[in-house]
Amino acid sequence: MAEHIVSLKKVNKFFGDNHVIKDLNLDINEGEFLTLLGPSGCGKTTILRMVAGFEDATNGTIEVQGERVEDKEAYERDVNTVFQSYALFPHMTVFDNIAYGLTVKKVPKSEITRRVKEMLELVQLMGFEGRKPDMMSGGQKQRVAIARALINNPKVLLLDEPLGALDLQLRKQMQIELKRLQKQLHITFVYVTHDQEEAMTMSDRIAVMNGGVIEHLASPDEIYKAPKTRFVANFIGESNLFTGKLESLENGIGGVATTLGKAKLELSGFEPGEEMHICVRPEVMKYSKEPVDGFSLRGTVKNVIFVGAQYRTLVTMEDGYDVKINRVKQNKDLKEGDDIYLYWEPDDATGIKA
Amino acid sequence: MAGEKRLSKRLRKKRLWGRVSNVYAFLVYLFIYVPIIVMVIYSFNDQKNNYYWNGFTTEWYEKLFTNSDLVGYLGISLIVAVAATIISVIIGTIGALGLVRFEFKLKSVISNSLYIPIVVPEVVLGISLLMLFEIANFPLGMTTMILSHATFCIPFVVIIMRGRIAGMDLSIEEASMDLGANRLITFFRVTLPLLIPGIMSGAFMSFTLSIDDVIISNFVAGPYATTLPVKILSMVKTGLSPEVNALTTLMVLVLLVGILINNAVQALLKKRALTNIKSYF
Repeated sequence: MAEHIVSLKKVNKFFGDNHVIKDLNLDINEGEFLTLLGPSGCGKTTILRMVAGFEDATNGTIEVQGERVEDKEAYERDVNTVFQSYALFPHMTVFDNIAYGLTVKKVPKSEITRRVKEMLELVQLMGFEGRKPDMMSGGQKQRVAIARALINNPKVLLLDEPLGALDLQLRKQMQIELKRLQKQLHITFVYVTHDQEEAMTMSDRIAVMNGGVIEHLASPDEIYKAPKTRFVANFIGESNLFTGKLESLENGIGGVATTLGKAKLELSGFEPGEEMHICVRPEVMKYSKEPVDGFSLRGTVKNVIFVGAQYRTLVTMEDGYDVKINRVKQNKDLKEGDDIYLYWEPDDATGIKA
Repeated sequence: MAGEKRLSKRLRKKRLWGRVSNVYAFLVYLFIYVPIIVMVIYSFNDQKNNYYWNGFTTEWYEKLFTNSDLVGYLGISLIVAVAATIISVIIGTIGALGLVRFEFKLKSVISNSLYIPIVVPEVVLGISLLMLFEIANFPLGMTTMILSHATFCIPFVVIIMRGRIAGMDLSIEEASMDLGANRLITFFRVTLPLLIPGIMSGAFMSFTLSIDDVIISNFVAGPYATTLPVKILSMVKTGLSPEVNALTTLMVLVLLVGILINNAVQALLKKRALTNIKSYF
């Protein structure tokens, strides 16, 4: 009967007077990789800790597999956590760390040995069972932490910035590995991070959080292409934002009077007269030496920078706002001080409600 | 080459400072140990008053084991110290956990008030303990001694443990609960083992304080539970016997052997840990 493996309904959390989670609803599907993404202090870790049972919601309900968990202690819940600090037991060997959950449940010794071995194979740490955590690297410790959680066959695995302490290369490698584990084991992963690239790489769905609310919950693709709020547009990837008022709406094409000039884009669900923002990603931003029909956004080329994978052109607008244009090849026809007109294909831009 | 013989000015200076600091360290150790060395030497002195050296004898050691009640006093000292240590470690650890982990009204006042019994002169503490036992009509003896010693040891244990507990990663205990262990199992399988080093230093501190104590014990000892230091102090008034030197020499010897064994075990563990690591490569 439970369609959602985890379900939060109207959850509020106060720390003293500090309202950290505001009337939050979130349904997590069975077997999905869901990421809670947001800046520090947005409440993402608090949500994870409430599902795990380390924090109590001030009000609202939390269900795991359709069952309310408010009255269950952390050790009675069918969820397991991977901590940012690994939180391995420093006085135990790798074997004893991984076996911990099973020994607590008094599983027979022979079965423990077999399952620990399976787990060591799964996280590719065979031969490490006799080691103590302080004799291992960060990446190895995190594998132990993952194995220690997965051995209990949790319904949901909660991961609290598990790769935060690793260097970039190892982090990328672990991202792929985590995704592989999740697919192989068909376990629901709820992943907390502030790293948008990490979220994009692994997630089936991303919940972008800000100030205790979920601003946008959708697939990575959708969140990037059609951010729901100004915050999401700014937080995920790079964006150029224009603010203005919708003047006309014909055949799904809206004409907008922005503070910097006229612009148009594909729109639905907007009413003429509405205040709105337009989000245009730097890689779809176009330019011309001549005015383009429906647009009147004029600026001056500030500089062209090579940023590794691409060339970035900054165009300073009348009010001082720098519009970014990204291209894989250098825009040879542009040089500092050129006056140009900006435009875009109507279906490349996204309208955001003000 | 000339370079080998003639060191640079900087290196010569460094070497000189190295020698100076060695001499300094030697002098400091001499300063600390001369009184003990004198005591050891005089424990073999064939002269009762210890004013001058009169020749070698082991008479005092023989006397110590044949017809001296000093060993009995040492026994009482040890029983009191061990009991007071156990009590103060248990109460102190639980108290420190509460002071670090929980928030409550007047927490900092309660926390800082731990320093009061440490600062209050021992004589005052001794008198007030004596008065308390008198008022409560509690007969003086081993029990009052143990309780009194635990009283002044507990604050030290709490202060030591407080630091240790504050430095502990809370998520380690959360991980244990997350993996299905209730609070009790988590305490015994995770929290307690991680606190053992702190508990050990708290225990050593308590034991040392207790076995050393003269002033408070002097007040609460009662006629049948005199500790060794109290006895020695009273002997000073009536005439100190060289057996005391013999007994204390033996105690120093036991301590020295204990320290050496401890060092050897530590070295062995370290070596084993290192070979363990190597066997993986």
